Amino acid sequence: MDSSGLGVRRAVGFVAPALLLIGIFLVFPALWTLYIGITNYQLTGAAAANPQVVGLDNLVEAVRDPLFTNSVWLTALFVLFSAVIGQNVLGFLLAWLLRSVSPWLRRTTEGLVLLSWILPSTVVAFLWFAVLSRDTGTLGLLLGQPETSWLVQYPMTSLIVFNIWRGTAFSMLLYTSSLAAVPPSQLETARLVGASGWQTVRDVVFPHIRGHVLTNTLLISLWTANDFTPFLLTSGGPNHQSEVLPVLIYRQALEGGQLGYASAMSMLLLVGNLAIALVYLRLLRRRA
Amino acid sequence: MSPLWIIRRIGFYVLITVVLAFFAVPMLWLASAPFDAKPGLGLRWPDWTLRNVVATFEHPYALTSLVNSLVLCAVATVVTTVLAALAAYALSRVRIPGRDLLLYLLLLLSSVVTGTAAMVPIFVMMLQLGLINSQFGTALVIAGGMLPAAIFILKDFMDAVPRSYEESARVFGASPRQVLAHVVLPVARPGVATIFVWAFVNAWGNFLLPFLLLRDVGQQPAAVLLRTLYDEGGSANLTVIPVFSLLYSIPVVVLYLFVSKRYGFRFHGGIKS
Repeated sequence: MDSSGLGVRRAVGFVAPALLLIGIFLVFPALWTLYIGITNYQLTGAAAANPQVVGLDNLVEAVRDPLFTNSVWLTALFVLFSAVIGQNVLGFLLAWLLRSVSPWLRRTTEGLVLLSWILPSTVVAFLWFAVLSRDTGTLGLLLGQPETSWLVQYPMTSLIVFNIWRGTAFSMLLYTSSLAAVPPSQLETARLVGASGWQTVRDVVFPHIRGHVLTNTLLISLWTANDFTPFLLTSGGPNHQSEVLPVLIYRQALEGGQLGYASAMSMLLLVGNLAIALVYLRLLRRRA
Repeated sequence: MSPLWIIRRIGFYVLITVVLAFFAVPMLWLASAPFDAKPGLGLRWPDWTLRNVVATFEHPYALTSLVNSLVLCAVATVVTTVLAALAAYALSRVRIPGRDLLLYLLLLLSSVVTGTAAMVPIFVMMLQLGLINSQFGTALVIAGGMLPAAIFILKDFMDAVPRSYEESARVFGASPRQVLAHVVLPVARPGVATIFVWAFVNAWGNFLLPFLLLRDVGQQPAAVLLRTLYDEGGSANLTVIPVFSLLYSIPVVVLYLFVSKRYGFRFHGGIKS
């Protein structure tokens, strides 16, 4: 008997309701994506009532579709510049710099960074409209270029900067706690031998936090690739220039009504997620 | 103090200031625009007024949508917290056959199947079940998405509760239910509170699922209404949007202040990373 006195039967009863919900709303939809993805299912019209199995046609069509390849490319850029480079570097920089400042400055900065992470995405979209919009936008006024409409003229760059602002908090938190595990004596030695800040980071700190850098990068990449907030800022426009994969899937499925085709694209997103997650879990295992 | 040292110090504080400004400047809009007589999508010193607040309260759907958010969020958060606590406790204490595989799959699911990747089948499923425009149905979908991660995080907290407490309670004749209610839950309270806050903030800000599943404006939560105020009729309703954004953000800010005061906003030693 276990310490709780539950017994296997009652324990299964405790787990079952959660598994039921997960099964209905997570596992089943994931599997169903695979099926819808090989049909010509549509939201309206003849194919809505009577979808036909078309096999791998959707996938073949997707790979040949310039909108899809464009979207994959934009998603890759978005993940690379806003998450892998942007959030990672800024998050580490914040964690590193904030060790040595006064507590109130530290609390204020951390508070603002965290707030930008937890505010609702629709609100955050308006905050950034106020920064990036034409005529009255804050950025235009600061740079003396009020006639520039940043979200229209530089949509991808705007999204990347936005997402660095939005998501850096996680990297900052993770690096703050992993920096605490670097032995202070080693940092002290580095200081005594006159190592510069960059040398200290590269030779003393990095070997200790290498695992954390990798897991952080994997997680934020996964989240960024699946983020729907770009829809709120640009809706994929102008002319598909910022149509990352989540936005493309939404527009194909709900605006275009091509449920089968959109599912095939979702399938590719799921496979991408799975690949990242498997690498992540492997790392966790190896450390455990 | 060498000149080099002074230059580096100055550089250091310039860097901090720039970063601070980067994070602070976008948020200032939330403080100025709601109380400006001519609110716009930009930052300026306001002509102070409370007329926008009045207009927002008079908007036919503004308060309804906040209530809708509260209902949606309460159902999703309570379902997630209760079911995750039960499951995490059982998985922490009892070696159910296949437990390790189950935990592995949960961790995998929590990151792989996102709302974005599964939006088509979720939409089709709810359409066929006739649950489009059902707040309760939408809340369950949101809860289903949060459960794997919630179970996983809570199991860590449950694992940290010493088993000897339960053993002594059982020696004195407590039933498993009493052990859970009077021994385990009180000790695991920080974990349960963490999950509660995490689930609340997630559900409160969730846009995609209610946007997909709640098409009737009377059922929509604040996240979706805010978007409607922007698109509707071709131009943004700038009298209502700023005040409404502020009202909608308050619960998140309050929770953040509560958590950072009570527990401190950091990752603890046992982070899964």
